[in-house]
Amino acid sequence: MTIIETIEQLAAKLAGLPDWEDRYTEIIAMGKGLPLYPEEFRSDQFKVKGCQSQVWLHPRNEAGVLHFDADSDALIVKGLVALLMNVYSGRTPAEIVASNDDIAKELSLEQHLSPNRANGLASMIKQIRLYALAYSLLKP
Amino acid sequence: MIYDLRSQFPILQRHVHGDKPLVYLDNAATTQKPKAVLDAIADFYVTSNANAHRGGHALGAEATALYESARGTIGRFLNAAPESVVFTHGATEALNLLATSIERTYGASLRGKSIVISEMEHHANIVPWQVLCERTGALLKVIRICDDGSLDMQHAQELIAHNCAVVSIAHMSNVLGTINDVETICTWAREHGAHSIVDGCQFVVHNQVSVDNIGCDAYVFGGHKVYGPFGIGVLYGRPEWLTVLEPYQAGGAMIDNVTFEKTTYAEPPLRFEAGTPNIEGAIGLGAAINWLSSIDRKTVADQETSVTEAMIDGLLQHDRVRVIGGDYARNGIISIVVDGIHANDLGTLMDEQGVAVRTGHHCAMPLMRRLGLQGTLRASVAAYNSIDDAHRFLDAFSRSCRMLG
Ligand SMILES: Cc1ncc(COP(=O)(O)O)c(C=O)c1O
Repeated sequence: MTIIETIEQLAAKLAGLPDWEDRYTEIIAMGKGLPLYPEEFRSDQFKVKGCQSQVWLHPRNEAGVLHFDADSDALIVKGLVALLMNVYSGRTPAEIVASNDDIAKELSLEQHLSPNRANGLASMIKQIRLYALAYSLLKP
Repeated sequence: MIYDLRSQFPILQRHVHGDKPLVYLDNAATTQKPKAVLDAIADFYVTSNANAHRGGHALGAEATALYESARGTIGRFLNAAPESVVFTHGATEALNLLATSIERTYGASLRGKSIVISEMEHHANIVPWQVLCERTGALLKVIRICDDGSLDMQHAQELIAHNCAVVSIAHMSNVLGTINDVETICTWAREHGAHSIVDGCQFVVHNQVSVDNIGCDAYVFGGHKVYGPFGIGVLYGRPEWLTVLEPYQAGGAMIDNVTFEKTTYAEPPLRFEAGTPNIEGAIGLGAAINWLSSIDRKTVADQETSVTEAMIDGLLQHDRVRVIGGDYARNGIISIVVDGIHANDLGTLMDEQGVAVRTGHHCAMPLMRRLGLQGTLRASVAAYNSIDDAHRFLDAFSRSCRMLG
């Protein structure tokens, strides 16, 4: 699936949960499903700036494919991080760089999020894209 | 007697997130505005709009009279003469005005002297003093707080007694709700020749103030936290001090006579009000103070206390809840942390249920660091909050906790 297809699939999944409680329960469950974040990367270097809660994002380039370790100390944000991992982890840097960066809007999550949280999401996407850009510029 | 003030606040009728009736408990950030304030501002534009202290025409005279009458209202509110009331854009500007004017007035003589603040200050009462210290070589000294959220008064006394030029302290903490003994602090300041400044932002909305009884040289607060509009604040300055302080900004209205060779300044308070002031803001704030004076403040304060206590009692039913600064009544401000649950998560889920609270560091990062916290969830009560709001707050809180496991 392409990035956009994955986004659409997630959007449909959330749209199928009209009640706020179900939607947040789903997001929280996704957060709880994130793999354990490696403690050695829980440092300021891997902290995403511009989020209200603490978010860590650690990129790994495995044979030209980007994987991310990610975590947050807040559950809802962690769920959003998990959502982003669904979309962006396991892609090539070029694919991420070429994608559109308004996932928050695509997921029509913004209306269910306080503006600051939406900003946090935008900061995370920006950071993912910066890593992708950096890796795409590296000589193979 | 129980006041039902809710109906006087149009915004409290609205719903959020679709059909959730609004429970507004972020009053320490800003209060809602009663219809009396909204009407006063609209009336000014509909009937009297003109610049104040400028024109010689009918509207100009009316606008000036309204603006100056607001100053009188605020003077009475603080038990001070109107000449001692300076309008600013907010509490932050009032504190910046003081820091700047102090620098200009005392300049190099501040080198090596100390500016004393406390660990529980809002950034607005920290950063202007840091800037002053950087520019003059003065030293920033910080009064410690005790674990119960009170000031360490012994430490305060030591710091004020040793080479202190200015002490600037919150009357009431915006995070903890602690009320500080500013009367004693101002007495010590007087004894040691230091100037005393009190940040009354959180205090004035809940309590009667007399700057005379406090004995401070300056007292500041912002309009929007006392049911008034944004963009207006108050600096009370002891008249003898205001006449000594150098101006803050320069321009129109603050002058006596201007020539290219030498300009002389107006007397206070106009000396500190360069440029066209926020006339609608002053009038709106005057209306807010008049509104506040029209209700029995003791009754309202008691009501706020019972709502606050109901919320604390309910919160303490959850054994994971810790009330920061201790469990006793917190003057309308409750900051909590919940074991294993991030405050932001709670805030988000409570918001979904129509309950507006604040989460984060509340512009008091040093206090958070002192308490070893990333942030808190803060609920703050105003005159229009009812026991019903307390119950809805507690229901939303419990439901959010359940969802977050
Ligand atoms: C204790 C205290 N001081 C100062 C301020 C600053 O007020 P403003 O941002 O309205 O100028 C606030 C507002 O949050 C406050 O609570």
